[in-house]
Amino acid sequence: MTVSYEHSKIVYEGIRAAGIRSISALPETWLGLLLQRAEDDPEMTLIQVTKEEEAIGIAAGAYFAGEPHVLLMQNHGFLAAINGIVSLAQLYHVPLCMLIALRGHWGEPYPWHTRGGIVTEEVLRALDIPFEYARDPERVAQQIREGYTLSRSSLWPTALLLTRDLMEEYP
Amino acid sequence: MERRHCLELMYPELEDKAVVTIMGACAQELYDLGHRENFFYLQHAMGLASSIGLGVALHRPDTKVVVLDGDGSVLMNLGTFATLARYPPANLVHVVFDNGSLLSTGGFETQTTHGTTDLAGIARASGIEHVAHADDVMAFGEAVIEAFEREGPSVIVARVKAVGPDHYGMDLHLPENAFRFARWLSERPRAS
Repeated sequence: MTVSYEHSKIVYEGIRAAGIRSISALPETWLGLLLQRAEDDPEMTLIQVTKEEEAIGIAAGAYFAGEPHVLLMQNHGFLAAINGIVSLAQLYHVPLCMLIALRGHWGEPYPWHTRGGIVTEEVLRALDIPFEYARDPERVAQQIREGYTLSRSSLWPTALLLTRDLMEEYP
Repeated sequence: MERRHCLELMYPELEDKAVVTIMGACAQELYDLGHRENFFYLQHAMGLASSIGLGVALHRPDTKVVVLDGDGSVLMNLGTFATLARYPPANLVHVVFDNGSLLSTGGFETQTTHGTTDLAGIARASGIEHVAHADDVMAFGEAVIEAFEREGPSVIVARVKAVGPDHYGMDLHLPENAFRFARWLSERPRAS
């Protein structure tokens, strides 16, 4: 299995089509190709962080500055960012639109990803974060736009889970 | 040197700058000098004040941003120095008040207390070019003036006593602070 070049492009174009010109991210395999696009795009501001919780602060700063922004991370990074999500974003009603690579779920061959994959949905529920699974390349752009819209109207985090169906392909 | 003396010295210069402060004593001392719409008090999420400041600075290059941080907070997010060095905004001044203590959460000593951990050294080694260390008010004032005039990010580590205010409380709800801070930025004319 390899990361889908075509679908990475579709996700990136979906981010752009939602009017987003600023991304914070911690790179990982499934996000690599689309972050490469962000890096090569002169209109996009890409801020690569050292740990995902940092990106919660940067996203809050972008929001205060009036800049539409999304966060890209792996689900284990989401787990690492929880205090920032709870005690900055939720406490202060700062919107976050998170695109989360859902590793360790259906079809996962690597044992080390599986605990995080299995708990991600329940943690999102416990945190009252609305989420959807992105599986269909024809729907993902709309899901990004709608997740961003809901985060802004609710002043709350939203999460779009990027699944294996979307991000990988069989050569 | 006490943090409140440093804040008193900076206060007149903060009128036109976006200020992000950490929780507890630092937030209270700034608030007690007189709240302004351009002050954001991060009352929790320790470590993220500098990340918020960087997010504002990168997206509002026309506005000087001041982060008021502490040793306990910055030790929770040391990666912030590396990210600041990688994406150096011209308009960010990151002040770290190093009192060697988690003062507002019980007064526990931090790793900087015994002089073994040098935050200015960490900032420098992370790749930040302009890093100052201040042990007295005079040196702090000079470092601040220089940082405000400079194009490029600055880090100032100020060694202060582990003392804080004798009271806590603000007439400002947390979301209200966030809304009003964002509004101050949105209403501030954008320089082209």
